[in-house]
Amino acid sequence: MTVLADPALAADARRERRFFLSLSLPALFIVGLAAILPILWIIRQSFLTTAGEYTVGNYEKVLSSGLTWSALVTTLELSLATLAICILLGTPLALALASARPRVANLLMAFVMLPLWTSILVRTYGWLVLLRRDGLINSALTGSGLTAEPLPLVYNFTGTLIGMVHYMLPLFLLPVYAAMRDIDANLVRASASMGATLGQTIRTVILPLSAGGIFSGSIIVFIYTIGFFITPAVLGGGKVNPLSTRIERTLSTFQDWGSASVLGILLLILMALVGMMFLAARRLIAGHKVDTAHA
Amino acid sequence: MLEAYPDNRLALILLWSFCALVLAFLMLPTLVVVPLSFSASDFLEFPPRAYSLRWYENFFGSATWMAGLRTSLILGTLTATVAVPLALLACISMNRLGGKAAATIQGVLLTPSVVPGILLAIGLFFVLAAQRLVGTLFGVLVGHVVLAIPVACIVLLPALARFDWNQVQAARSLGANWPRAIGGIIVPQLQISLLSATLMAFLTSLDESVISIFVASGQNSTLPKLMFLSLRDQIDPTIAAISTLWTVIVLVAVLIVSLRQKS
Repeated sequence: MTVLADPALAADARRERRFFLSLSLPALFIVGLAAILPILWIIRQSFLTTAGEYTVGNYEKVLSSGLTWSALVTTLELSLATLAICILLGTPLALALASARPRVANLLMAFVMLPLWTSILVRTYGWLVLLRRDGLINSALTGSGLTAEPLPLVYNFTGTLIGMVHYMLPLFLLPVYAAMRDIDANLVRASASMGATLGQTIRTVILPLSAGGIFSGSIIVFIYTIGFFITPAVLGGGKVNPLSTRIERTLSTFQDWGSASVLGILLLILMALVGMMFLAARRLIAGHKVDTAHA
Repeated sequence: MLEAYPDNRLALILLWSFCALVLAFLMLPTLVVVPLSFSASDFLEFPPRAYSLRWYENFFGSATWMAGLRTSLILGTLTATVAVPLALLACISMNRLGGKAAATIQGVLLTPSVVPGILLAIGLFFVLAAQRLVGTLFGVLVGHVVLAIPVACIVLLPALARFDWNQVQAARSLGANWPRAIGGIIVPQLQISLLSATLMAFLTSLDESVISIFVASGQNSTLPKLMFLSLRDQIDPTIAAISTLWTVIVLVAVLIVSLRQKS
């Protein structure tokens, strides 16, 4: 901003600023109406009985139920398992893509992006077709005599996990790939010429330099998976119940708005806690980097 | 990057085979649906023994599926029509204000994409229930608009950053009012980005399922909601036909966006 000496010009600049501010009001208004007000409404609803009177009974009911705690555990198990598998599958894939020639890498990235652009319902249907008792994988396994009985691959934790990893892997891969592509190839060459083996170079040069990307990817995986609904609802077959499907059942089947709201607030708190943990971890990593820079 | 290790052929072959498997895992569920949609059988057979278009006929002949398709297309169009102008104005505002004000606005506009869909869905359900608006097109529309605004902003913000603002000031000093300056200078120059933003907003609405599941009902049920309900009950090969059509439509739209951006 330039300093304006003339008061008339300064008033003009202020008016213009107010005008530009007003341009974002319609968008802010609708976000307030359809996203922020609903969240506040969940908080309000959590303190109301079905008759509309103030109560803390919903909290007592939900927090004393074993179903709530098992839903919390399932939510965390699903998120952590998805994250672990994404790191195991995604990091080597990102490394290979980053070391490929640009033309090849772009082509392969298109394959990675294809599922990202496919509807979640289309993909869930595809997994059902593949994983069911009479599905393609089980017919192939029993047909070739590898297994005598069809394996229970879906309508359980395994099926839900497969669906969630499939959804999250491209989203995890993008920041990791971006971080690895930015690594200066000369560093790898220098490491090789000084006698480091491939494994040592990966461990001491490539992975530390792509830690930021892996970190961002992990945040994305956690934020998405904590509230995931469609995949557990369909591939879990009613047997896998994280907070999200518990909320839906409480609302739709039991018509218990108050308890559904309390579960929603638990989900919000869980997200906030995970978010703070990641922020603290990032600060720790950043602090560590400053230390090594001074040393 | 790994060309410094030409001697580790075995490790590289292992790495690339691993990648091939992971890529196959990513492509599999989308691709497996296509041949099934042309199957003549009532059962899941792979590869199908005989081919037919009966599942496509089933889809286009069903009043329920057609109503869902109609709702989804109307909703997508309305979402893009509402979200893109709002996003454009907000992006102009962020671009001009800069600094803390812009960051705050961006933070608020991004809230819907960070909050889990299930929370937005039940919260919106409560708010709409209080106004007796559950099941109306309006209820789903506002939900889709707030999801589409951040998507449109991602396309429009960098485009505005490349835009030379002096042109607007020239137009203003020559007497153009703000609507004229925005409509006559900014919109024509951002044409390609606006088209991309419109398509992305449309796709966001078309693809959205969780809000639809909770808030849409009856005649206003969207295609994803109907697919979800049908997936929960049985495996109907009609869904394979819908899935194939769906994927083709989305791929064409994405191709248009990426080709436009390159030219």
